[in-house]
Amino acid sequence: MIAFQKLQSGRHWRRWFTGLAVVAVLVALLPALFGSSFAVAVMTQMGIAIIFALSYNMLLGQGGMLSFGHAVYFGFGGYCAMHVMNYLGESGLPIPLPLLPIFGGLSGLLLGLCLGSFSTRRAGTVFAMISLGLGELIFSAGNIFGRFFGGEEGISGDRTEPAPFFGLDFAMDIQVYYLVAFWMLVSGFLIYLYTRTPVGRLSNAVRDNEERLEFIGYSQRNIRLITLAGSGLFAGIAGSLTAITYEILTVEALSGHTSGNVLVMTFLGGVGVFYGPIIGAVVLNLLSTVLSTATTLWLLYLGIMFLFVVLFLPGGLASLIIMHRPVLATGRLKSLVGPYLLAALYGIILLSGLIGLLELLHFAKFSAVGNTTMEFMGWVIDVSTVTPWAVFGVLSIVGIFLVKRHIPVVAAVYHDAVTGPMATPQSEEVKSEEAGA
Amino acid sequence: MEITLFSLLNGLVYGLLLFMLSSGLTLIFSMMGVLNFAHASFYMLGAYFAYSISAKIGFWPGLVIAPLLVAVLGVLVERYGLRYVHKAGHVAELVFTFGLAFLLEEIVAFIWGKENVGYAGPAVMDAPLFTLFNINFPIYKAFMLLVSLAIFAFLLIMLTKSRVGLIIQAAITHPHTTATLGHNVPLVFMLVFGVGTGLAGLAGVIAGPVMGTYPGMAVDLGSIVFVVVVIGGLGSLVGAFLASLLIGFIQTFAIALDVGMQDLLDWMGLSFGWDHWLSDLWAIKLPQVGPLLPYLLLVLVLIFRPTGLLGKRET
Amino acid sequence: MTAAAIKLVELNKGFGQTPIIRGVNLEIAKGERHAIIGPNGAGKSTLFHLISGRYTPTSGEILLNGERIEGRAPYDIFRRGLSRSFQITNIFSRMSVFENVRCGLMWTMGYGYAFWKVVEAEKALNDKADEILERIGLTARRDTPAGVLTYAEQRALEIGITIAGDAEVIILDEPTAGMSTTETSEMIELIRTVTEGKTLVMVEHDMGVVFGLADKISVLVYGRVIASDTPDRIRENADVQEAYLGTEYLADA
Repeated sequence: MIAFQKLQSGRHWRRWFTGLAVVAVLVALLPALFGSSFAVAVMTQMGIAIIFALSYNMLLGQGGMLSFGHAVYFGFGGYCAMHVMNYLGESGLPIPLPLLPIFGGLSGLLLGLCLGSFSTRRAGTVFAMISLGLGELIFSAGNIFGRFFGGEEGISGDRTEPAPFFGLDFAMDIQVYYLVAFWMLVSGFLIYLYTRTPVGRLSNAVRDNEERLEFIGYSQRNIRLITLAGSGLFAGIAGSLTAITYEILTVEALSGHTSGNVLVMTFLGGVGVFYGPIIGAVVLNLLSTVLSTATTLWLLYLGIMFLFVVLFLPGGLASLIIMHRPVLATGRLKSLVGPYLLAALYGIILLSGLIGLLELLHFAKFSAVGNTTMEFMGWVIDVSTVTPWAVFGVLSIVGIFLVKRHIPVVAAVYHDAVTGPMATPQSEEVKSEEAGA
Repeated sequence: MEITLFSLLNGLVYGLLLFMLSSGLTLIFSMMGVLNFAHASFYMLGAYFAYSISAKIGFWPGLVIAPLLVAVLGVLVERYGLRYVHKAGHVAELVFTFGLAFLLEEIVAFIWGKENVGYAGPAVMDAPLFTLFNINFPIYKAFMLLVSLAIFAFLLIMLTKSRVGLIIQAAITHPHTTATLGHNVPLVFMLVFGVGTGLAGLAGVIAGPVMGTYPGMAVDLGSIVFVVVVIGGLGSLVGAFLASLLIGFIQTFAIALDVGMQDLLDWMGLSFGWDHWLSDLWAIKLPQVGPLLPYLLLVLVLIFRPTGLLGKRET
Repeated sequence: MTAAAIKLVELNKGFGQTPIIRGVNLEIAKGERHAIIGPNGAGKSTLFHLISGRYTPTSGEILLNGERIEGRAPYDIFRRGLSRSFQITNIFSRMSVFENVRCGLMWTMGYGYAFWKVVEAEKALNDKADEILERIGLTARRDTPAGVLTYAEQRALEIGITIAGDAEVIILDEPTAGMSTTETSEMIELIRTVTEGKTLVMVEHDMGVVFGLADKISVLVYGRVIASDTPDRIRENADVQEAYLGTEYLADA
């Protein structure tokens, strides 16, 4: 009987560790699939972004606190780690590089406790405004305190200087990838566990109803403070890894731009569910690295996409997954494949038409006089002829028509798949999740 | 002496410009409870529209048409964007306006390019209104002053004396009650949003030549405007006015007065070696700290007086 | 003599120029079931807000088991053994019913601000939450998000969260507001069982509930307690009749 109970109580740990192991294996094998140095660099950046975004969602999705200045913990943690790294190089202390994020994390934690001591008294818009003010304040201070923040050139370091770790000096990028991957797994796991702790659950509660929390014995301000401190801890870890990977850190890491970045990432992926920010971090990094080499207009596309998500998909990209969980329950996934593929096709037609037109317009307007050949995705296009304009124009018009006609079809098919005859009965949890999504 | 006089004047010009922007934002903020991150973007659009119009037709038509265009755009954003997102809560609204600001900056860069377009006022206004101590005060700046003061007077009179103004004041603090009294509150909201954004556009038309017309102008000025609105207090136009002037003067004087920590230490009779780890602190000069000061003020106000200096409502 | 569970001494509360509570003196003994009635606007909710720490009194004292609690934060008062429910349902709408109750348990079961334990492993906590769910009859809705429940179910959950902490003094603000006759009697039975052996203070408008459940009734009119006595004597009190009860109410009771 007791053994059975122990088995029951250990069930969640086994589930969690299994999940962690699966992800770890995938992450470890990725470089085998995408081995180019460009790919490894992108994946390393993604790993750091994932930690940063997950830390941000501890505040936003978990705690309901919107912050416009989260970069300060990232940057401060990064700078502290950078200085420690340089110090380790000079002094020769036997602390290996992989332990460096601990210092960055602790600095982020301390800063979180410091700033949080007064900024967490209120939530909502006041908190958002204070975070904005603090962010700008610290960014400006970064420009003044040159010793710590390095002024315009920033602070640089050498990650091979600290004591070697089992013979590794991390000179090679692939080694850095695995270091980042390790910390990503550790951080992600800890952040997930945090949501399962009492204080993590209460964090959700304070998001839902901050007043009621006080009447069940908890100070809402303390819960928010702890959440902010934890969020600062992991942001600091992300900052440290950035310092290690790029071996240079400038005040840009503290800037409103970096804060805005993590906001977009997290919201794009979805704030309502744990893996949302992971999706957002991956997608945003793909766009900013891969897409940015293809076109100068990628920021415009990102802006459009972001606004689209905010308006029509407030649960982020993750909500697309959540929306389809009931379909798994009814077993009607197959019925969606056809219409979805068609939708993708029509969408591609429309998008390529629109993007083509935008690119043409932009090139025609801003290129040097007389330069009429545009290079786009490997093709050479002469913008002075009618053909490209006609082609993209037709694609756009046809695309709009096709998509518009197809939307009700997709909606009906989805509705059927979710409510129609089932293979298995729906659970209440799934039904109500769908109602809320 | 000349520094003080010109700083006062320039501070006044800048402060009143901030007021033109913050007055609209205050009204919108207190009415809808949401901080419109994209408010400064309408300022930017005003400048760019005026630039294009002035390039084709002239500056003066631009002065009239551009703010109207911006107001129309603002109304559309309110009607189809904000109202839609309002149901999803404050966070969603804030994120929406943030995304809008982001997108508008990119659209402007797409249409007009990333460089500073040469938007200039009428050449005749470049001439100095007066010259003191070898420093010119261009007619254009006096023009800016006039327009801003006229706006303030207009707003004050309209809101306090006219019927529409009274309805707006009521709708700001008690939207539901005002609605039950039979007033079309959504229409009032749209009107106020239109006027607010139109004012921002007008500010852009006027300030564009002086502050520069480039895609980043919204972001640069935008955060200062927030500071002004929050410090001045929600729902208080007078507060916004005072805060605008305060920030205007602080920033202008900070840049003009080239004093630093060193001077303060000298005055106190202290001195520290340059090797000291706090040497950065001793090297601080007021112009460096200038950009910081509004945010410092913002944080202090939010800690000690979250309703702002004169505010009536806390979100 | 043991201290009264709740004692109010010359309690005053005004908002701006408007006095709402004007010099209230009241004593509620341990284990007593005490109802507070009065016309709308008398200040009953304000009184609850003062006792539970949501408002600070303008003057006067509030004593819980002999200790002064006026002006203290709500969580401080909760930790001293007083728990309240709300007239307008005040639950954690995005969390499941089970989670709602579990959160209500956390402080009393000693979890504090623990971030080194996971709730899945806390058997005692989860069992207790399930037990409370059974008592309030919401076991079938265990994993439903609280915002999706029916009105009566939400009111039951409201009570569930309130009593989860096992506080000695329970304050219920119009628990049967907006309920049908059947729902009301079910709610009353629920209240009767879950507050067994505790001190119960209740604001109510339904006279059937009040006269059936209460050991003592206090009548609050314009911020003053005009009578505080057993149900029978309240019924016969001339002042109360004039100010509040009237013949129709007496017929109900």
